[in-house]
Amino acid sequence: MTLAPETTGLKVQLQLADSWFTVCDLSLLTPGRGVAVLLADGRQAAVFRDRSDRLYAIDNRDPFGGAAVLSRGLTGTHRGRPFVASPLLKQRFDLETGVCLDDETVRVAAYEVRAA
Amino acid sequence: MTTTPGAAPTLVLVGHGMVGQRFLEALAERGLTATHRVVVLCEEPRPAYDRVALTSYFSGRTPDELSMTDMEFIDAHGIELYLGDPAETIDRAARTVTARSGEVFAYDTLVLATGSYPFVPPVPNKDATGCFVYRTIEDLLAIEEYARTASTGAVVGGGLLGLEAAGALKGLGLTSHIVEFAPRLMPVQVDEGGGAALLRTIEEMGLTVHTGVGTQEITVGSDGAVTGMKLSDGSELATDLVVFSAGVRPRDQLARDCGLTVGERGGITVDEQCRTVTDPHVFAIGECALAADGRVYGLVAPGYEQAETAAAAIAADEAEQRTFTGADLSTKLKLLGVDVASFGDAHGTTEDCLDVVYSDSRSGLYKKLVIGRDGTLLGGILVGDADAYGTLKAFTGSVPPVAPESLVLPAGASGGAQLGPSALPDEAVICSCHNVSKGTIRGAVTEHSCTTVPEVKKCTKAGTGCGSCLKVLGQLVTAELEASGVEVDKGLCGCFAQTREELYEIVLALRVNTYRDLLDRYGREGARGGDGCEVCKPAVASIIASLAPAIGASGYVLDGEQAALQDSNDHFLANLQKNGSYSVVPRIPGGEITPEGLITIGEIARDFGLYTKITGGQRIDMFGARVEQLPLIWMRLVDAGFESGHAYGKALRTVKSCVGSTWCRYGVQDSVRMAIDLELRYRGLRSPHKLKSAVSGCARECAEAQSKDFGVIATAAGWNLYVGGNGGATPRHADLLAQDLSDAELIRLIDRFLMFYIRTADRLERTSTWLERIPGGLDHVRDVVVEDSLGICEELESLMAAHVAHYADEWASTINDPEKLARFVSFVNAPDTPDPVVGFVPERDQMKPDLPLLSIGLRRADDTADVLLEGSTQR
Repeated sequence: MTLAPETTGLKVQLQLADSWFTVCDLSLLTPGRGVAVLLADGRQAAVFRDRSDRLYAIDNRDPFGGAAVLSRGLTGTHRGRPFVASPLLKQRFDLETGVCLDDETVRVAAYEVRAA
Repeated sequence: MTTTPGAAPTLVLVGHGMVGQRFLEALAERGLTATHRVVVLCEEPRPAYDRVALTSYFSGRTPDELSMTDMEFIDAHGIELYLGDPAETIDRAARTVTARSGEVFAYDTLVLATGSYPFVPPVPNKDATGCFVYRTIEDLLAIEEYARTASTGAVVGGGLLGLEAAGALKGLGLTSHIVEFAPRLMPVQVDEGGGAALLRTIEEMGLTVHTGVGTQEITVGSDGAVTGMKLSDGSELATDLVVFSAGVRPRDQLARDCGLTVGERGGITVDEQCRTVTDPHVFAIGECALAADGRVYGLVAPGYEQAETAAAAIAADEAEQRTFTGADLSTKLKLLGVDVASFGDAHGTTEDCLDVVYSDSRSGLYKKLVIGRDGTLLGGILVGDADAYGTLKAFTGSVPPVAPESLVLPAGASGGAQLGPSALPDEAVICSCHNVSKGTIRGAVTEHSCTTVPEVKKCTKAGTGCGSCLKVLGQLVTAELEASGVEVDKGLCGCFAQTREELYEIVLALRVNTYRDLLDRYGREGARGGDGCEVCKPAVASIIASLAPAIGASGYVLDGEQAALQDSNDHFLANLQKNGSYSVVPRIPGGEITPEGLITIGEIARDFGLYTKITGGQRIDMFGARVEQLPLIWMRLVDAGFESGHAYGKALRTVKSCVGSTWCRYGVQDSVRMAIDLELRYRGLRSPHKLKSAVSGCARECAEAQSKDFGVIATAAGWNLYVGGNGGATPRHADLLAQDLSDAELIRLIDRFLMFYIRTADRLERTSTWLERIPGGLDHVRDVVVEDSLGICEELESLMAAHVAHYADEWASTINDPEKLARFVSFVNAPDTPDPVVGFVPERDQMKPDLPLLSIGLRRADDTADVLLEGSTQR
């Protein structure tokens, strides 16, 4: 598979407490879908890429059901906000803030993410 | 033994038929079951059931399904229901009823709902072996049993029930005759012209009709069993079985015996409150009652009305002030597949009235309207096409806005007019079962903000009785919504203003084969260029997958852009479970599997530590697979010859079967082979919702085909096809689409049906709701797929042929594609580390998800969380 020059070699990185944590090659992310990432402390993040190649990262655990599956949800745009719908019971989470669009009292952690 | 009454007054109901049950419900609604001891004496061995639909027993409805009695209702209201224990005598002076069991019940109020009994003409040998009546489930069971050894059957009586009985005998495989004393069929409902149209259609079905002759004698053989009938014209008719269906008489013997006044021609005389004129403590309702207008009503709707009236009188509710002074006898029914309707003054008994008649005996059509001198529509008869029944009935009593002759001409004929319900006055009654007027329905839309037919049904109860008004109701709701300027956004979601059906047409006609292209060109303004949403992405993915060969898209759902559109289950080709693990279901066509296949599945489940369970669809589900295990499991399954079962997809799931004629003593066709053929034909077919099917090898229906989206039941002559069935939360019996089909006819019809459904259904709309929603319902679908009324059948067939030709197993494609396999990892940065939240604990010799492990994760708001999580991974 040939990659477009501007993405060749780029790595996806998450901002953790003190440093940028390298996740994988950008080329492993399919636009419109997510991947699960295991962090050093045992936590999990879900990293997404949209069709305009913007990246997002939130916690991978579904706070309603407990399973670590948000990375497997369907993404979309709601009133201009990017979101992922949990594959368990379909609640939607804002990919930039981690706030649940269907129950604003619930939110998951959101991470800074970049391709470098 | 005598039962002494307690402190609460006692109400005894004699008879637990449809009207009796409705009466109990009316009591409960008025709180009377709380203030009274309620005793019900029922002669039949089973509680109230749908006698109107009795004949549907022969098309597969079980006695349980015919039941109208919710035992929870009976228990919840403390009703004492005695089955198989009829009232034998009434002592009005002592106010007691004695049951057959000998038990004596004292009453404060007595309600007689004893119904009617079939009239059997007093001909010699009328009680011989092989003579039956057609009134109860027990009668039908006896007829069915006796028909096994019979080849010919005759029905005495060509009325409503007689025609149903004759159709049932034909369905049981008998050569069937109808003997009617009157010069035409259904003499009460239709006139000579209508009878002639009916006769022709019924004879074309292979039934023999003898009108204008009476039965003089039943002849019997030396064993006492029926051998034939002697008719009044001197002829003889050889038959093995006779069903008397010559009308019914009010069952008033109990009332006569205790001195209650009865009418000259029977029926317990009651006043406008349904109280007997003889005794204020005694009421009579339903077919045993002679109403205040001097008539005995044999229809269920007036009976229900009487049940409500009597309950209101007993409640002495002055606010309600209910009386029963007569009821409308209009009827619309489908007899042996023929529409027959009559309404108002159908026989033109009003002075100086005129008829407008359209008759076409070639196509079995007969329509007559009775018009008053001033142009008022008084009534009418419709045979062969009763579509206009709802509108015409509502216009009865008023002057229609168009010339009456234009109302009976067939649609499309020059001069024919389609009178819309918008022309009706507000007071016109649309639903006669619940007496709902057009004004009330309009109010539901304008004042109660209902925007759909189901909402209006819930709000007004219209259309929840016999359902004959549903078509008009739908037109009315749409017209009202449009008139009140309600902008009904029928769009699929926030991204598309089109319905799923419209998107399907766009994709097919313009060969749009990517989601992105569709969104950017046809999406709502603000959604173009965006990422879509979780609603339209899988819906469009499904449309593209259904049409893939025809529009030049890949049929493989994980190819290119399509992969990103799929719901999580389709994306991983497995079913997500609550802890993030997956279940795996290999296809087992028709439920047929070799011992080797079973061993393979067993070994795989054992090797991967999976929980196994037999599914309702005759296959085996393996639970607890981690995402990274899925390819390994499938490599072994594919090696052993298994394919994806599509348990994860909105696609064909299974085609269940019984063992059929190969093994079963009763089977008449090879249901297993047909089930396998169908499952292999439609496997992988993406549709708006999941599709289930089954094939039964005989009418016993062990495969439960009538609860499926498309179900097939073997007959002696071929296959019957049922569509639109559903289990689940809203069970629905499938409707018969066509009968006695050959193998090829069956498959061709299913091809068309499925493709028409895929083309026109909404997203996530099962065939059952689709059939209820689309204008014209089952009749329309039959027109399209059987009669090809839209001229699209060739296209539907070729689309299905393309699907069949291009089918490839998704799992085989996936395990042979390293790029696709890359997504089956737990973590993108640690592909071999299992997800620590997926854990299992033992249960009943297998394992189940470790739920505390899931909730441990959720408490991770504080600092101790990581410790807990680490601890839990050590399990």
